[in-house]
Amino acid sequence: MTVTAPESAPVAEVPKSSGTRLVDRVFKMRELAILAVFLVMIAVTQAGNSEFLSEQGIKDLLLNATILVLVATGQSLVVITRNVDLSVGSTLGISAFAAGTYLQGGGNPVVAIVLAVLLGIAFGVLNGLLVSFGQVPALVVTLGTLYIIRGIDSIWVGSRQITAADLPDGFIDFGAGGVSAVPWLALIALAVLVGTAYYLKHFGSGRELYALGSNPEAARLAGIPVRKRILAAYTFCGALAGLAGALYLARFGNVDSGTGNGYELTVVSAVVVGGVVFTGGSGSVYGAALGALLLTSINSVLPALGVSSVWVLAINGVLLILAIAVDRVVALRVASALKKRNARHG
Amino acid sequence: MTHRSDTGPAPVLALKDVSKSFGAVRALRDVSLELFPGEVHALAGENGAGKSTLIKTLAGVHRPDAGQVLLDGEPTVFHGPADARDAGIAVIYQEPTLFPDLSIAENIFMGRRPRRALGRIDHKATHEATLALMTRLGVELDPDRPARGLSIADQQIVEIAKALSFDARVLIMDEPTAALTGSEVARLFGVVRTLREQGAAVLFISHRLEEIFEICRRVTTLRDGAYISSEPLEGMTEDDLVRRMVGRDLEELYPKQDVEPGAVALSVRRLTREGVFTDVSFDVRCGEIVGLAGLVGAGRTEVARAVFGVDRWDAGEVEVDGKALTNGAPSTAMAAGLALVPEDRRAQGLVMDMSIERNIGLTGLRTTVKAGLMNRGAERSRSLDWAVRLQVKYARIADAVSTLSGGNQQKVVLAKWLATGPKVLIVDEPTRGIDVGTKAEVHRLLSSLAADGVAVLMISSDLPEILGMADRVLVMHEGRLTAEIPRSEATEETVMAAATGRAAA
Repeated sequence: MTVTAPESAPVAEVPKSSGTRLVDRVFKMRELAILAVFLVMIAVTQAGNSEFLSEQGIKDLLLNATILVLVATGQSLVVITRNVDLSVGSTLGISAFAAGTYLQGGGNPVVAIVLAVLLGIAFGVLNGLLVSFGQVPALVVTLGTLYIIRGIDSIWVGSRQITAADLPDGFIDFGAGGVSAVPWLALIALAVLVGTAYYLKHFGSGRELYALGSNPEAARLAGIPVRKRILAAYTFCGALAGLAGALYLARFGNVDSGTGNGYELTVVSAVVVGGVVFTGGSGSVYGAALGALLLTSINSVLPALGVSSVWVLAINGVLLILAIAVDRVVALRVASALKKRNARHG
Repeated sequence: MTHRSDTGPAPVLALKDVSKSFGAVRALRDVSLELFPGEVHALAGENGAGKSTLIKTLAGVHRPDAGQVLLDGEPTVFHGPADARDAGIAVIYQEPTLFPDLSIAENIFMGRRPRRALGRIDHKATHEATLALMTRLGVELDPDRPARGLSIADQQIVEIAKALSFDARVLIMDEPTAALTGSEVARLFGVVRTLREQGAAVLFISHRLEEIFEICRRVTTLRDGAYISSEPLEGMTEDDLVRRMVGRDLEELYPKQDVEPGAVALSVRRLTREGVFTDVSFDVRCGEIVGLAGLVGAGRTEVARAVFGVDRWDAGEVEVDGKALTNGAPSTAMAAGLALVPEDRRAQGLVMDMSIERNIGLTGLRTTVKAGLMNRGAERSRSLDWAVRLQVKYARIADAVSTLSGGNQQKVVLAKWLATGPKVLIVDEPTRGIDVGTKAEVHRLLSSLAADGVAVLMISSDLPEILGMADRVLVMHEGRLTAEIPRSEATEETVMAAATGRAAA
């Protein structure tokens, strides 16, 4: 690795062009915008119902968001590489039941969580192999594994059900407890989130995920091990879906063969609302986590304001389309700003 | 394993009797090539001669079926592009291969960034190394700016910076100048000369023969995948080189037939699109080829797009055969007999994954669709007819257009529009990135179309082409028409003076 020594490089002399500043601002703004919407929503709700931000209220907000944040973090990695994993809901369901079955037989909670994660990794590897080596579109492959995993789950579980009564008390306490208003589960999700974000920004293989989502052909020519990276992204996504399954069990204590059904669409919505671009190469896990927080909070906000919760789905849909529309408008504006700048130069 | 002091006869990188086939197509047959340190070596050949395959073999993208790649005289196998890069081989491809969402600095150092402890990326060192490279290249590009939206020239700069960043011992450039202006080419050549003096071996590919003679010392010629020769350029003439590439004497490159212009076919009056071009008026008569010259960015392509109706105009009018066209309506322009062969054939002219047959058929859907159903037979015979008339070289007419060489792709675009039987044909950079053999064919075609009474408006940045083919030359400068020069008075000097705004009076 030989980098030409910066022989008295005039660092300060290169002016930050207006085009760059604009782009910078827009990308930072994307996450800030969601945060702003979220805060306004919370403030309005608190004004309408002063009970909303009680200790228990905050705890509920965080607990509701935790599982979605985890799965959305994993999903972001896959979406950044220009792929998608639709099987996360099924993976979550089957890992939750597997962990529950183990605990029912008197198992150790830590081993139960590890078990769920390993199961998730197994399905992640399966997806990753099919997508990266099979050269089949991710949408179709993971739609297939969604049904396969759900099918296996149904055959195995049948009409059985695991309830909180079947689980050790310590596990249920762990699911409900925490440091004052901050639940343990939320702390786990936060740690995973921060770790993933740090990895994506500061490690070569993390940046390569962006690179190969941005231009797959160029990634190949740049010598990036494309298949390996895609496989790794799916494995990580599966692992987090498995972890989310174990946490789901701890939080709700109630699992059957339908657990996590349709969850993948909520996850994808959170990721897209959070500004991870579906065509790959751009977005952050923080954005996705904020998207998850926003979507789950609507569930708590509406009842607090006395609005029927039947509105939730419609509002989620509007948010999704709004997010895409905003992205599109911003992209067009940035493109034209950059073009104008080039025209002046050329 | 590098013997920098030993600049004797040992080539840094060489190919020995290399063959490579893709299915039934033999892209390379027993090709040999030697690259010595401190030399700029030209690779010449028509489109489809195997140059791209050769480059990709050197770059580790393709592995030869037979023969050897020699690195410092030792037989080597590159298992992938990373292997070749680690051996000090940098490739600048014809189409820039950047990551639009990543910053310029990340683009340059992708895969081999400066590291800190625990394998983390050193963002600060990356940024500073990029700044140093930009200073060395004499350009002002912000390292943190995303690559999206960079001009082609700036994208090339980033590619070159990438090659410089790891002190490449071998630099391979596939038509780096195709989209550059004169001053940008000069800047690029400056960099190439510096690299050569530092002992790098450079493999240079260009369709502009004068560039090959300007900067290269030796040339290797390929024809139809076969090795023809490797020899010094000294003492060679352009005609000698062309003869080796084409394998026959080239008929005249600009076979312009004299035609008596007829009635006005296309009339453009005071056309204005705010901020893009202003007050543009001109006529094109039947049988006439009018050249539209100017620097890149002068607004020529934009005028063509507005005339055809792809973009709206703000003021003025356009008439074809005396009938006014509707603003911003390509379908009425087509119905009136206008055809536009766009500049960027990959993005705008062709559906790359569709077959030759269906690409040509696209413009004829009106005539081949009966009662809402396509008549595939009619489409096929119409497409075959045009493909044969233009001598498109293809294996099967059902093959995807992306399998063709650049020159043949351009013929397919031409066929697609000629099949509509246009009265007015606008061609934008009709021979950019096309080899000399095909270039002459395209010129002959344009000339014979004009002789048949078609009015041709030809936008070109290739000055000899404008001078050789046009009956009249219109010159644009910064969005305005600055000169109209008849064929007899058009010279490089008069056209360039108007294009740079020096003779606006």
